Amino acid sequence: MVIRAAGTNCDAEMVRAFGLAGAACDLVHLNRLIAEPGLLGQYALIGFPGGFSYGDDIASGRVFATRLRERLYPALRAAAERGVPMIGACNGFQVLVQVGLLPGPADGRWPESPPEQTAALAENAGARFIDRWLRVKADGSSACVWTRGLVEREPPFAADAMMLPIAHGEGRFVADGEDTMRMLREGGRIALRYAEGENVNGSAERIAGICDASGLIFGLMPHPERYLEWTNHPFWTRLPGESMRGVTPGLAMFAGAVAHVKGEAYADPPTAAIVG
Amino acid sequence: MAMTAESASVATAARKVHRIEVHPKASAGDPRGEAVLRDAAALGVKARGVRSARVYLIEAALAPEQVERVRAALLTNPVLEESALGAAPAAEGAELIEVHPLPGVMDPAAQTVREAVMELTGVADASVSTAERYELEGVTEAEAGLVAARLLSNAVIQRVHREPHWPGALPRGSAQEQPIRRVPVTGLADADLERLSREAHLFLDLHEMQAVRAYYREAGREPTDIELETLAQTWSEHCVHKTLKSTVTYRRTGGGAAIPGLDAPDERGARPGHEFHADGSVTIRNLLKSTVAAATFELIEDGVDWTLSVFKDNAGVIAFDDATAVNIKVETHNHPSAIEPYGGAATGVGGCIRDVIGTGLGAKPIANTDVFCVAHPDSFVEGETLPPGCLHPRRTLTRVVAGVRDYGNRMGIPTVNGAVAFDDRFVGNPLVFCGCVGVMPRDKIRGAARPGDLIVALGGRTGRDGVHGATFSSAELTDTHADEFAHAVQIGNAIEEKRLLDAILRARDAAGGPLYSAITDCGAGGFSSAVGEMGEEIGAEVDLERAPLKYDGLTYTEIWISEAQERMVLAVPEERLKVLARICEEERVEWCVLGRFGTEAKELVLRYRGAEVGRLGMDFLHDGLPTPVREAVWPGERAAGTMPPRPRAMRPSALKDALTALLANPNIASKRWIVRQYDHEVQGATVIKPLVGAAGEGPGDAAVVSPVAGSPRALAIGCGLALGLGDDAQGGDPYQMALAGVDECVRNLVCVGADPSRIAILDNFCWPSCKKPRNLGALVRAAAGCYDAAKAHRAPFVSGKDSLNNQFALADGRTIEIPYTLLITGVGIVQDKRRCATSDAKRAGSALVMVGETQGRLGGSQAFAMWGAEGEAATAPSVDLRAGCAAAGAVARVIREGLVLAAHDCSDGGLLVAVAEMLIGAAPAGQKAGLGAEMDLSLLPRCVRCPGVDTFVDGFEESPSRYVLEVGVEHLEAAQMVLAQAGVRSAVVGRLTDSGELRWGAAGLAAKVEELRAAWLGTLDW
Repeated sequence: MVIRAAGTNCDAEMVRAFGLAGAACDLVHLNRLIAEPGLLGQYALIGFPGGFSYGDDIASGRVFATRLRERLYPALRAAAERGVPMIGACNGFQVLVQVGLLPGPADGRWPESPPEQTAALAENAGARFIDRWLRVKADGSSACVWTRGLVEREPPFAADAMMLPIAHGEGRFVADGEDTMRMLREGGRIALRYAEGENVNGSAERIAGICDASGLIFGLMPHPERYLEWTNHPFWTRLPGESMRGVTPGLAMFAGAVAHVKGEAYADPPTAAIVG
Repeated sequence: MAMTAESASVATAARKVHRIEVHPKASAGDPRGEAVLRDAAALGVKARGVRSARVYLIEAALAPEQVERVRAALLTNPVLEESALGAAPAAEGAELIEVHPLPGVMDPAAQTVREAVMELTGVADASVSTAERYELEGVTEAEAGLVAARLLSNAVIQRVHREPHWPGALPRGSAQEQPIRRVPVTGLADADLERLSREAHLFLDLHEMQAVRAYYREAGREPTDIELETLAQTWSEHCVHKTLKSTVTYRRTGGGAAIPGLDAPDERGARPGHEFHADGSVTIRNLLKSTVAAATFELIEDGVDWTLSVFKDNAGVIAFDDATAVNIKVETHNHPSAIEPYGGAATGVGGCIRDVIGTGLGAKPIANTDVFCVAHPDSFVEGETLPPGCLHPRRTLTRVVAGVRDYGNRMGIPTVNGAVAFDDRFVGNPLVFCGCVGVMPRDKIRGAARPGDLIVALGGRTGRDGVHGATFSSAELTDTHADEFAHAVQIGNAIEEKRLLDAILRARDAAGGPLYSAITDCGAGGFSSAVGEMGEEIGAEVDLERAPLKYDGLTYTEIWISEAQERMVLAVPEERLKVLARICEEERVEWCVLGRFGTEAKELVLRYRGAEVGRLGMDFLHDGLPTPVREAVWPGERAAGTMPPRPRAMRPSALKDALTALLANPNIASKRWIVRQYDHEVQGATVIKPLVGAAGEGPGDAAVVSPVAGSPRALAIGCGLALGLGDDAQGGDPYQMALAGVDECVRNLVCVGADPSRIAILDNFCWPSCKKPRNLGALVRAAAGCYDAAKAHRAPFVSGKDSLNNQFALADGRTIEIPYTLLITGVGIVQDKRRCATSDAKRAGSALVMVGETQGRLGGSQAFAMWGAEGEAATAPSVDLRAGCAAAGAVARVIREGLVLAAHDCSDGGLLVAVAEMLIGAAPAGQKAGLGAEMDLSLLPRCVRCPGVDTFVDGFEESPSRYVLEVGVEHLEAAQMVLAQAGVRSAVVGRLTDSGELRWGAAGLAAKVEELRAAWLGTLDW
């Protein structure tokens, strides 16, 4: 299931990403979900797409997150406890940290009421919206199911292919203190980092994405759903052909989570429906 | 939003204004404050520090625990921020600035907060206003005032407070009685008619006022105020393009190149709608129909079978594939952007998007474009050389970019293509072009309102904002316009429009077919234009009190002509209304039934609270506009008395210095600062991005997007703007500007892989007043160029828009006319996106091939504008349409056959700039030595009329129809064969090396690409 609200605008590509990764996907409006929280129980994967939910008025993702905290936390907690992988990209990541689902409790046990917010995506260091492709590195030791495709895939992705696009004004990762940072570092929860020299938003420890203790809930500022075809790559016209075989890193991220749900080892999904 | 019931105890709380301040925590940093610090320094104010904060004023009956909940759960991020109730005084020694919106100005954040507060607390009603707060340390009171006025606020829409602002109540309108007002015209003399037009801001000329008087004399009554306003809106230049549709008598009075069929009869045949007279003058009936549109209809007649709807709807429609159509529109929003650049540009984007949504039975926007023309930022000093009434060009550009960014990004539409042109004559009247491309099913490209359909308005509420926008944009700007027309300026709310889009696409794709039979946007003229156009053939009756209002106190006329944003009008069969209403409620889109289409006498009938306030025949409204004959003259030499272009500098003696200076010229320099603020990736379909190459720093010629997921077919989007060639101050001719604009647009599209036989184009004329025969003469020439170029390239115009009063009247009586500006925007089909090409050089050893002839003339070029030129080299090159078309076809073929590693059009700055840009694109991030080139121009293909060999001229002149291709040695022979077979001249003019240097031994040029890159990136690094 991909959840949208007023101002969500990366929903269609996220639905496509799940589809290409082998998971049938429905797009559900937040208002409908609030009316029928039980719907969440019917899905094996949940996506929080990017965009400017409610205009990002007050702050990015704030109203979306407040509504989730106030109205849907029990259903989200039940899904987490059922082992449902969730991804929040960009605005979705901003929402997940403000709901408290990320980084989530250190011991992985979800409390009765929403966990306190311990991390945030602050305004970019340059106080400006940035659209760019950046080189990223996945942490091979992380339990994150969303980055396993990047780590486990054979043959590995070429170095030039391992890029993801960002497009945000508020993406500077900040934790509430050293305790949270240590928990993230030591728990293998920093699943995705920007490469050296590419940390353009000024995130702590070059953090691009983090996961919860289980590795199932993952949020990242880059947009893997905008990298489903090789012709999305920023300089694909100069990449050698052998660097562009099989699926893209963006699609491999979704395929990794789908493989996890199916209890299978990572394998590239079929690429017949992809041109370019 | 759905409500939660709160405990009953809170019901007794009294309604009052709660003030909540949210400050960034010291540990989290304050990037916004730092940005203000930097920008203030650029203004000459050196503050020690700036702290930013946000202020919320919430008027509601909230108990203390509810206020606390709003503060903590909704308004504060506990990791980044701290907040408090009330008004904190400024820190000791700091200057406080609070920027609040004026009453009635759109405040999107306030709307969101209002709904969220109501949902969170269950309170039934709330009013909200938001503000920004800054504390400046180490500045004087006067310096703080300067920063507030020039950087942080615009008096047209905001008010600055120097103390915390905490009113006892938020402003609201008050209802009032509205008697029907009649305006006597039937007894007025001509002079009085003119005065009425001026004083009531109708902007109708005497002929038009006379037509109105005649209509009411015949009707035997006086018009009501709303009828006059409706006529003024519908007949405004902005809405009806009366100049371009009028009859023109044209005469060339000076020398210069004669245009066949215009300046002299053409023995091959007459131009359509042109009639020669014995004295050498020509009468052109309906200029637009006889030129731009004529080309399209002749091409359709001649076998161009892929246009689907042209010049009729809100946007032009072409076939994309068997199932899908693409539509495109480019609008200007110049006058609002001159006064309030942020809101003006944002609502320009929003309006153009609505044009695309409101085409046929609705399209989904997939890409935006933006082109700006502003004065050179370093030409004017505020308070000294900047004319009163003008905003500084740096501020204009910064805020225009922010407006486009915030609207486009929030809508989730990638902004993929654009350009910026700098010329000091834009100082009082900058230009803002906003384009939008959409996709729609081919079976939904047409809609028509039917008698009996309900008139349904969807989207934002109607307010006083934007009253008189259409007439205002048709007038000349003056130094006092910012005060007089503040009400014409609007602020957009992109999320309102996004919800509207979501609802409309659901309604279009509803089971059982679209829920409406026609749709259009509420743009200029508001309901007046939208309902008037949809009901043109059948009539309409409207009950104005049904429109949901932002606040009380609007007159019925204001409701009718308000250009409040984010509204669309639908014609809905009664039996489909219920389903539409359900979708709107789910998407939280407000709707109302305004009236019904179809009246017996084909009339527009307006009622307010049951009383008839207006009744106009649709025939008179749409066909009653008189078409006087307008006089056009082309003297062929520079006009006296207009402001000259910026003074020229001494030309550098070394080629390297000239190249570096050209790369740093803002007209050529990287627009990275702008491009990176736009989301050009959203929707995940951008194949060729606006910035290309190894580090994403090379200039893309055009963008390519993939409208249909899973299809190899794609769409290239590009533009052409040849200001210099149209500028008579630089030896140019508007006819050549039009030819060159189309030529450049086609080249840009071809360079990324578009099929030149599948290119559709759009025209946007921005001109100074055409009441001046000379300016109209220039327009006639440009229009003739459009016709000739479209016919030659077989590229039909599918839509267009003009803006014809772009000049600024200074307080001292002088007028600054903008240079003649014709923007050509194009879309081209890419048959297989995997064959697309980019401009960045790829590998050492390959050849640089120059395609097309060099004319050896600097006129109209960037080098000419900077340094001038002497003798024959100072004349401007001209377009050879036959050669240009042949080159486009041949280059497209070598790209399609995979013979080319990189392709770049050779335009602004000429050959050396083009090669430098290709090398900059190849430079890898962070590493020093990338590719270089060794130039050798000894074989450069020259035109027979080329005055001679001159390294400076060869390096920088801007002859049209030329390309630089990178071709691997293994394909060189095959590529040159294809070009030669098409009759296109080409030659190897250099080789790529791995030296990291651009060298041209014969001319003594050796420049490190790294240094060229720094110059190119440095200028607009704001």
